[in-house]
Amino acid sequence: MTTTVSGPFTHAANNVQKTMFTVLLAMTPATVFNLYLFGWPAIMLFTVTVGSCVLIEAGCLALVNKPVIPTLGDYSAVLTGWLLALSLPPWAPWWIGVIGAVFAIAMAKHSFGGLGQNVFNPAMVGRTVLLISFPVAMTAWVVPHPLFSAGAPGFADALAITFGGQIPDAMTSASVLGHIKTELSRHIPVTQSLEGIPALWDMALGYRAGSMGETSAILILAGGLFMMARRVISWHIPLSVMAGLFAISAIFNVIDPARFAPAAVHLFSGATFLGAFFIATDYVTSPVSKKGQLIFGIGCGLLIWLIRTFAGYPEGVAFAVLLMNGLTPIIDRYTRPRVFGRDRKGEPLPLGKEKS
Amino acid sequence: MKLFNIRGGIHPDYRKGQTSEKAIVAMPLPALLYIPLQQHIGAPAEALVAEGDLVRKGQMIARGQGTISAPQHAPTSGRVVAVAEIASPHPSGLPQKTIIIEPDGKDEWADLPEPIADPFALDAQAIGERVAASGIVGMGGAAFPSAVKLNLGTQKKLDTLLLNGAECEPYLTCDDRLMREHADEIVDGARIMAHALGTPRIVIAIEDNKPQAIEIMRKAASPFANVTVAGVPVQYPMGSERHLVQAITGLETPARKLTADLGVVVHNVATARAVHHAVRFGRPLIARVVTVSGGAISEPKNVETPIGTRISDLVEFCGGFAVRPERLINGGPMMGQPLPSLDVPMIKGTSGILALTAEETNDNPASPCIRCGTCVTICPCGLIPVEMAAFIRKDKLEEAAKLGVMDCVSCGSCSWVCPSHIPLVHYFNYAKGMLNAKDRELRKNDRVKSLVEARTIRLEKAAEAKKAALAAKKPAAPAAEAAPTPPTSEEKATA
Repeated sequence: MTTTVSGPFTHAANNVQKTMFTVLLAMTPATVFNLYLFGWPAIMLFTVTVGSCVLIEAGCLALVNKPVIPTLGDYSAVLTGWLLALSLPPWAPWWIGVIGAVFAIAMAKHSFGGLGQNVFNPAMVGRTVLLISFPVAMTAWVVPHPLFSAGAPGFADALAITFGGQIPDAMTSASVLGHIKTELSRHIPVTQSLEGIPALWDMALGYRAGSMGETSAILILAGGLFMMARRVISWHIPLSVMAGLFAISAIFNVIDPARFAPAAVHLFSGATFLGAFFIATDYVTSPVSKKGQLIFGIGCGLLIWLIRTFAGYPEGVAFAVLLMNGLTPIIDRYTRPRVFGRDRKGEPLPLGKEKS
Repeated sequence: MKLFNIRGGIHPDYRKGQTSEKAIVAMPLPALLYIPLQQHIGAPAEALVAEGDLVRKGQMIARGQGTISAPQHAPTSGRVVAVAEIASPHPSGLPQKTIIIEPDGKDEWADLPEPIADPFALDAQAIGERVAASGIVGMGGAAFPSAVKLNLGTQKKLDTLLLNGAECEPYLTCDDRLMREHADEIVDGARIMAHALGTPRIVIAIEDNKPQAIEIMRKAASPFANVTVAGVPVQYPMGSERHLVQAITGLETPARKLTADLGVVVHNVATARAVHHAVRFGRPLIARVVTVSGGAISEPKNVETPIGTRISDLVEFCGGFAVRPERLINGGPMMGQPLPSLDVPMIKGTSGILALTAEETNDNPASPCIRCGTCVTICPCGLIPVEMAAFIRKDKLEEAAKLGVMDCVSCGSCSWVCPSHIPLVHYFNYAKGMLNAKDRELRKNDRVKSLVEARTIRLEKAAEAKKAALAAKKPAAPAAEAAPTPPTSEEKATA
């Protein structure tokens, strides 16, 4: 018999492993679709990234004398690696995945104390370090080349792309946000540059250039709804991220459509859906209370728009989430629930006050 | 009836089906009965019998000491074999003074107090006295002497007696069965209690997962305009006193106040039935219904059990163990306590005896917190278990106290829901214990300090008086003998 003295002596059927597994399951449709869309190079980079994360996690655990095999079984390293891979350009070289994994797992996670202790989202730290250090490799987008389709790289070509670092020039393409930004810098108004982007429906389906896992809004949404149905996440963060981004981009688009991209483009391009459902919702780095989560989400939405619109990079999801991660302890502090029988300051309620 | 929301809560697997359709059965007298002198909150009772004494059923064998205490009565007729130190049904298993009775099998009643034919003609005090003399304590599990709570009407303006039939703990069905089988007795007991309390209104709250009980209680209450039966949502911990009051009245009991300060007194349904027996028939509290359940019990039952029956006898009556139990629990699985062994007696507050299998407990080693925040969402007290536990782990108890750990009711919802299986309630109970001990120490020091100061002042005054008397003595005859005041008993104690 176990020795815990206090109850309860029964427990819900959930555990960390099941939670992480549900998230992985939710990401699978979007991932499989995008791996299909971007073909062998994407599959290779995905494998390298997830594999490196697991190996580095094992190394870090061994280094601090924590149980290696049982801890790997919580799938958290797989999840981080998976998310990191989804945020990379699909035809990026193999070392991008490895370096990203080092920063994600060793620096962002284990130097803070491992699972549950990190301040910043490990996958996003990995991606951001890569983006700042290797801007060329990290912005080499390709248009979809579905597996086995005409012109898609075969296995041998893929080896050359992923491990030889040779992306055929003819295959590269700008992402939607990158395209708009470049055109703006050439003084071409958004209203005009929009003509060069895929139709909104194609963007929502995922048939566009972008990171390995971000392009299919519909499949990501399906995964997000699945997680909500399984009660792994709640609607608060995804909805508030979208609402924040939508509101501010819609307002500015009305003010000046030539300068500011429409709200729909913001929602369906870049990593908006992936960020809202799978990155911003990371338990460890987001607030614990529902109210805090709403503030966090709206903050992410506003920052995404700010960075996309005014900063040097066309995409801002990773930066926005990291900035809000840094604010999470403060948000937590100011969004504590009111204690039963006490007012907000912690003093006992006066007698005779009604509350429903 | 309009109901109000309560914050948070969980929906555990209720598993009441094992016993909910099983009618209450009476437990045959065991070979020996063990009556601990302390079965309640407050001072232990004082034994009135000694080894070799013959006792009869319902005879008072130990009397209450002080205002917050309760007497004990013989559950049957027989001989006192011993008054000895026996392991108590507390997790520590520490021994406490216990009267051991060997039943003679005749089950002969003692001369009981006269039945009260019309309790509504009596004043509150007379009813309170009868309830106190009958050894009735809160039967929901807390075992607070009921008479003390019935006297609240003399101090506070009360308007509602809230009868708690929520029975929100998984597995337990003793109150459900009691309401289905003895509805009239419960309603009568409640009306007597309301009369004593001076409350015009009685609300009987029952969770919606007991539709038969609700229906039968409604029927039993229908002749009385002031008695309402309210079906409340199935939401653990609905049966928590303060939360139930909020669900029924919308009133939130302020911290460090009682629900009685809002005009509401809460009693358990089984307590109401015990009051009915005490007042109408003069019978003291000598038996109660216990749910014996869990996957490891061969034949789960609701058993009317004489107080003092050993758990081992009770388990045997229920067919013994089908499989080896992983956990033995006194009470419900959420807030009950682990049983130190089977060799302890069941007492007045024992609502359930559960023997759970490993599958049912689903106990797992704790893993790191992933800050999922579910504990914050479901805490019915509006606390932040994740942060409090982090502070307590670092032994920063004052920080945990600032976050409200002392307001935690230990309902167990956070531990139940935690995906990392962190024993949060265990942390909080530890912190509460340590903080209470610290507080006691602090108050003791303050008391000693103020006593010492008072003594110094008194001695100085006495010395001055002596001097003055001496000065007065010189010119005139001795007028007053200025003797120093004798030290008080408190002074002696601290000296």
